[in-house]
Amino acid sequence: MNKTISIDPVTRIEGHGKITLHLNDDGAVDNAYFHVTQFRGFEKLIDGRPFREMPAIMARICGICPISHLSAAAKACDQILGVGIPKPAVKLRRLMNLAQIIQSHALNFFYLSSPDFIMGMDAEPETRNLMGVLKKNSQIAHDGIMLRKFGQEIIETFAGKRIHPDWIIAGGVKTPIKKENIDKFLKQIPDVLKAVTRNIEWFKIQLPKFKDEIKTFGSMQSLFMGLVNDNNELDFYDGKLRFVDHTGKAVGEKIHPNDYRTYIDEHVEEWTYLKFPYYKPRGYPEGMYRVGPLARLNVAERCGTELADKEFIEFRGMSRGAVLSSFHYHYARLIEILYAIEKIEILGNDPDILQKNVRAEAGVNNSEGIGIVEAPRGTLIDHFKVDENGIIQWGNLIIATGNNNLAMNRSVLQVAKHFVKGDKLTNGMLNRVEAVIRAYDPCLSCSTHAIGKMPFQVELVNSEGFVIDKLNRS
Amino acid sequence: MSKVRIKTLKIDDRDVGAREDQTILEVARDNGIHIPTLCQLDGLTNLGGCRLCLVEIKGSNKLLPSCVTAVEEGMEVSTNTERLQKHRRSIVELFFTERNHVCAVCVSNNNCELQNLAKQVGMTHVHFPYMYPALSVDATHDRFALDHNRCVLCTRCVRVCDEIEGAHTLDVRGRGIEAYIITDLEQVWGESETCTSCGKCVNVCPTGALFEKNKSVAEMKKQTKFLPYLTMMRGARR
Repeated sequence: MNKTISIDPVTRIEGHGKITLHLNDDGAVDNAYFHVTQFRGFEKLIDGRPFREMPAIMARICGICPISHLSAAAKACDQILGVGIPKPAVKLRRLMNLAQIIQSHALNFFYLSSPDFIMGMDAEPETRNLMGVLKKNSQIAHDGIMLRKFGQEIIETFAGKRIHPDWIIAGGVKTPIKKENIDKFLKQIPDVLKAVTRNIEWFKIQLPKFKDEIKTFGSMQSLFMGLVNDNNELDFYDGKLRFVDHTGKAVGEKIHPNDYRTYIDEHVEEWTYLKFPYYKPRGYPEGMYRVGPLARLNVAERCGTELADKEFIEFRGMSRGAVLSSFHYHYARLIEILYAIEKIEILGNDPDILQKNVRAEAGVNNSEGIGIVEAPRGTLIDHFKVDENGIIQWGNLIIATGNNNLAMNRSVLQVAKHFVKGDKLTNGMLNRVEAVIRAYDPCLSCSTHAIGKMPFQVELVNSEGFVIDKLNRS
Repeated sequence: MSKVRIKTLKIDDRDVGAREDQTILEVARDNGIHIPTLCQLDGLTNLGGCRLCLVEIKGSNKLLPSCVTAVEEGMEVSTNTERLQKHRRSIVELFFTERNHVCAVCVSNNNCELQNLAKQVGMTHVHFPYMYPALSVDATHDRFALDHNRCVLCTRCVRVCDEIEGAHTLDVRGRGIEAYIITDLEQVWGESETCTSCGKCVNVCPTGALFEKNKSVAEMKKQTKFLPYLTMMRGARR
């Protein structure tokens, strides 16, 4: 008799998701679905609004990465204005996006995922949380809090508040920054660098303990997408899109953000609110690609900063081609924190960022604008069309998590096939299925453009569609 | 010259003196007694439209708008009773439900009289269902835009355009819930032949309904204090 298992809701992720596992007559996993069960509709609610509201409205998509949403929308609006924005504004936007990468990555690695590494995948759920980490390895918990605070305070100091600021606007940023404020953060750089380096070393030692997970957590061939600069180095704010395949070979390069629609299309399935973007030249679902920290380190040829580049070489050395296991999103996340801190130091010492000219003024000069940035979870695309008065007529948003939808589904299947056996569910099984989702650090509320609470559920359903076992967490 | 008579009355149990041509609101303000207002703006004709300045007068069960009610000898006025507080909260809540006031992404966020009023009257929740009307934004004017979603129909813009600028470009069309602000004979603002682009309407608007087009979220700060001076200076010239 065929069965289905459903995990609803998925925990320690941002947003609401549910996983259904379909078992065959022998009790082995036949198929797996990751459903996103929330709907938001930002693409629709921006209709008829003035384009200058877009950055602030888009920021409301996410409380964790509002800066990326602000930046992508502001870049799209810059195109509507038809202006090149002042250099200081570009650098300030970059600085903010990097600060956000640090705080968001720290949230995923230390708060949400590290309990799995420290307590183990089979530990009791009540101990597998940040409080458990504090008891068992307080240094890691403190490092996590420090790194997140570092990123959040940069955002708060310059943009006015940590969550949903409206400082980044069409044409630049609202106000110039003060030297004493940037100096305050430059002083903290040695400490935060030490914290992240310490954790990279610690995590590398842990990796052998997770051999099974590395082998099965979405260890598969796929394409990878991300923004890189002209030297094929990491670029979180600007640059060109680059696609590489599992061997690490570029299959699409130097793609101008404005041409994204030639390369990316979206597929809709009726069992989830999250669309499935894919690499158009390869069709659906063969065009599956991954974005985010793992993808960015696969797409880039180097990071572009000294310490991160050393780690990058070691990271890419794990595999002959691209690093394929999604478990390594965690590792990549730490390297990106390191990179972001180094880059903030460089930008912080750049006199340009203290200049007063931070805003370009113009009217509506183009009827269309596209803005692409790298959000913590991957490439974020905002695309707007306006009438001659700047009123939004149409919008298309491809949110970072959405890009990973196909890969997340494939990864859940792989983990479930390996770990879920028979018709009885155990916590360890369930947690691994969730943990693979967590590796992607999905932000479901973002990607569906969510209403409701944030819990996770797994259901076991037989071939006639009856639920035979259910595990719930809230 | 006729003699101005003085009337004596009580406001919130305080004995106050007033000229006979003063309104209760004016006398209250002269004596440092605060009554919330929205449609009233110094320098424009009072209308009594928003009903926030309602007061209780002893001997009458009717609540009266203090901005258009003249003082009378021996009047006993209460400006802040529980009944009034409740009514004022309901009025402000209704303003929020009638149209689409999304403070977080509004140009006037943190600089909005409606927002301040909500704080002032202690509005914590909206107890009426939102109406979510589908309204447009007229951004056809070179410099300014009119967002009907944020309009509370206080008509300050209509009055300033007529009484101070003398253009009478703006007016109200329709009645009750169907009413909305129009320019000229309801053509789009950018095609208005009478608008002088003086910007007074934008500055007197208490919310983000009228704003400068180059302003982003929370950037629109209105200058509302200029009207009495403008009127005074014009009077002096004449």
